[in-house]
Amino acid sequence: MILEMKNIEKSFGGLEVLKDISFGVDSGEVVSIIGPSGSGKSTLLRCATFLETIDGGEITYMGEKAAWTDESGNAVYAGPHQMKKFRTYCGLVFQQFNLFPHYSILKNIIDAPMHVLGMSREQAEGEALNLLRKMGIADKASAYPYQLSGGQQQRVAIARAMAMKPEILFFDEPTSALDPELTGEVLKVIRQLAEEKMTMVVVTHEMPFAKAVSNRVIFMDGGVIVEQGDPRDVFDDPQEERTKQFLSVFER
Amino acid sequence: MTFTTMLSTMSAGMWKTFLIFALTLIGSLPLGMVVALLKKSRFAIVRGIISVYISIMRGTPLMLQLVAWYFGPYFLFGWNIGNWRFPAIIVGFVLNYAAYFAEIYRGGIESIPVGQYEAAEVLGYTKFQTFMRIILPQVIKVIMPSITNEVITLVKDTSLAFTLAYQEVFSLAKQISASQTSFMPFLIAGVFYFVANYVVEVVMAKIEKSMDYYK
Repeated sequence: MILEMKNIEKSFGGLEVLKDISFGVDSGEVVSIIGPSGSGKSTLLRCATFLETIDGGEITYMGEKAAWTDESGNAVYAGPHQMKKFRTYCGLVFQQFNLFPHYSILKNIIDAPMHVLGMSREQAEGEALNLLRKMGIADKASAYPYQLSGGQQQRVAIARAMAMKPEILFFDEPTSALDPELTGEVLKVIRQLAEEKMTMVVVTHEMPFAKAVSNRVIFMDGGVIVEQGDPRDVFDDPQEERTKQFLSVFER
Repeated sequence: MTFTTMLSTMSAGMWKTFLIFALTLIGSLPLGMVVALLKKSRFAIVRGIISVYISIMRGTPLMLQLVAWYFGPYFLFGWNIGNWRFPAIIVGFVLNYAAYFAEIYRGGIESIPVGQYEAAEVLGYTKFQTFMRIILPQVIKVIMPSITNEVITLVKDTSLAFTLAYQEVFSLAKQISASQTSFMPFLIAGVFYFVANYVVEVVMAKIEKSMDYYK
């Protein structure tokens, strides 16, 4: 198992956003997380990628504990040296891309491998160009982010995350900031990664995509996992009333 | 006194004016960054001290601050520091301008979207790398117009050293004008300040243009 999250709790100023969430991701698995806004999907991803600290529970990467709850009930994290390693296990693609505007597309991709992983420029550039080719934007290597469409920028963001060779890649609503005609090119790239058995967790509102690409779907609402399972079961035959209600909105 | 003698007498003052200008920038541009970062310190007492410092620097006249730095050590502590005039001027200018630059830096740093920090954090950059590689270059682009404004003000503010009878351009102009009963020295000083600021404008515009390659 690549990632295991157990009994995760997280509150923001008294508001419980995650209430006792547990789930795991196996190697090569593609997990979609769906649910209404405010259900805690993004917070869960942010906890898994250490952008937020959990209040309670346990996070385990590759069998090693990154965070746990001590006897007094407080969440504690591994030491800084360990955390550096855990961070390299996971990548995150943001809704708003968050490319570095002052770096060219190529530099956006090679900078972290060079300065965080200590990779040589030649190797980093070679791998970056391969990734760009895979993303269908090899001709944009010397362009700057503002010169690219949203869909192209998001594909660069995916390449940037992939360049760090993460064990698991998280997507936080990767197409929500895109015009409808641009979502397809981004989903295509994610689908391609799924075919290559990249382990991924995707928070999305693209139901047909979630159904077609993922091995498992998690439906979250109100900070809990309401239902999860094989996408065909969850989408075609939901067991919980709340799931049926949510999915019915998308059927129109 | 001929025009040429006037000009050559004043050129010594021009050099001194330039010295104040250059040393102030060399000292206050980096010091301002230190102040800006200390203002975001996690220790409330540090933030408090920095806030008071900035308030005093911005809330009292620079002319008064210069006088305080020059006469303060003697009148407050009885210290007699030899050759203190020029150092007092530089200390006064640097500390005053650092406060203004700090506020400009702070505004620039706060204008960078939180997503830039998060992207860097997820990619594994250290806090120092994030600041130096990702945040600072973007901050510099954002704050350049405000920095230009401040530098232009500094060129003119150097004339405040006149208060401590330091022989920069304006002091000299006043002296020569009085002794020669001529308006010409002021005209020369005016042209000097104007040309100096024109150079500042051209140089800063060049720097701004060099950062135009991204939005």
